[in-house]
Amino acid sequence: MIEAIESALSFLPAGLVTLIIIVGKILVLVLPLMGAVAYLTLAERKVIGYMQVRIGPNRVGPRGLLQPIADAVKLMFKETIFPAKANRFLFISAPILTLAPALAAWAVVPFDDELVISDIDASLLYILAMTSLGVYGVIIAGWASNSKYAFLGALRSAAQIVSYEIAMGFALVGVLVAAGSLNLGAIVEAQRGGLGIINWYMIPLLPLFVVYFIAGVAETNRAPFDVAEGESEIVAGFHVEYSSMTFSIFFLAEYANMILIALLTAIMFLGGWLSPLNGVLPASLLEGEGFLALILGDGIHWLLAKTAFFLFLFLWFRATFPRYRYDQIMRLGWKIFIPITIVWLLVAAAMVVGKVGPWFN
Amino acid sequence: MTAITNYFKSLILAELFRGLLLTGKYFFRKKITVQYPEEKTPMSHRFRGLHAQRRYPNGEERCIACKLCEAVCPALAITIDLEERDDGTRRTTRYDIDLTKCIFCGFCEESCPVDAIVETRHFEYYGEERSDLYMTKEKLLAVGDKMEKQIAADRAADAPFR
Repeated sequence: MIEAIESALSFLPAGLVTLIIIVGKILVLVLPLMGAVAYLTLAERKVIGYMQVRIGPNRVGPRGLLQPIADAVKLMFKETIFPAKANRFLFISAPILTLAPALAAWAVVPFDDELVISDIDASLLYILAMTSLGVYGVIIAGWASNSKYAFLGALRSAAQIVSYEIAMGFALVGVLVAAGSLNLGAIVEAQRGGLGIINWYMIPLLPLFVVYFIAGVAETNRAPFDVAEGESEIVAGFHVEYSSMTFSIFFLAEYANMILIALLTAIMFLGGWLSPLNGVLPASLLEGEGFLALILGDGIHWLLAKTAFFLFLFLWFRATFPRYRYDQIMRLGWKIFIPITIVWLLVAAAMVVGKVGPWFN
Repeated sequence: MTAITNYFKSLILAELFRGLLLTGKYFFRKKITVQYPEEKTPMSHRFRGLHAQRRYPNGEERCIACKLCEAVCPALAITIDLEERDDGTRRTTRYDIDLTKCIFCGFCEESCPVDAIVETRHFEYYGEERSDLYMTKEKLLAVGDKMEKQIAADRAADAPFR
């Protein structure tokens, strides 16, 4: 398809065609992502409502389906308020600094064996770098607001994200050891095997899988690790002074990060786009062009389904758990997660060296 | 020994999973939300909503301007002026209830010897300006005329308890 567009635009200079194609690829990724973010907010309100025996928003459009659009329009037309004595330059750049890495990380995420904007070899490293950058937006927002609540929120968030980064990184090192590659596509392919679910890394790397996902929840500042926001203690934490579009950009970044973490968990531990029916059903059913093969075989829909499951977990956690106390978060991160990951790193390495089947032989 | 078992219990996150299970169960429960304008909760016949002045079946207003309600009103929301009519009966010339002051305690209704001032079940009213919430005698009588059927039924239902 890309070749077809290239030939259709061949009357333009070659550099421009490349630019158009790159921008087109980005739009094809970012626009559905924005839609997903919008509808994730609706899903969140609905799911939490259901768990609290309510029905959630249902007034705007059929079953409340237009609610995110109404929210977006409302936010766009509100006034952006700058606090007195706030540092304007930093105040505006903070939301941008939060959103930009959250979106940039998506450049290397593979949705399929071909569907990826940039198939670089160190994609996992790139993702780690990008997701860590998000914390600067939070810190700058807290600093630039000239407000004590925002400042407290920024401090908390900085300490928390930095601590969980380590556990998260170690969990990913386990995946690297197992897959032997930093390329996300190669990591998924390394989980292919004749046994379906059993082949996925969530079985041999179960502790790393759990630690990674929980650290991911902490990284995105979601409940029960939302001390940075801590609305019952410090109002809204780092974004307390933000309104209108600046606020919604923080929101977009948080939800984009949530989706990213869910997607990465699916890619690294749940076999990405691999079908769980590999090896369960005969291969003749899963391959080929037929409709059944399209549904049952490998494909982007499996990745999206797995991502949706983890996103539901995010919401489920938020509806279930009370917020961790600050010292408990630190204890969990430093005294439990990091030792677990280090120990399991050794176990994983031993399994790889010992060629323990069915994963590493 | 319990310390060790507790340690392993915390390691497999048993309590967290129990919590998740609970909210998971509630996820599928029947929802208790009452969607207000379309659905309404049951209402007692003693509900204290908008005030009304009643009339006798022959069209004569009930109120005899005894001023008991004015005296009992804790929020001083009622103002009454009176005169003696040509037929020798005491009647009000002015009977105002300021709904912005009223606390809907129902004392006026209880004190009334002739069941003239009552509180109806109607609570979905509004005012666009303050004067809309200042109920004059005419307005109160109009409410009474409009809702007399339900008012009478509610009094009848409550009669055994009086």
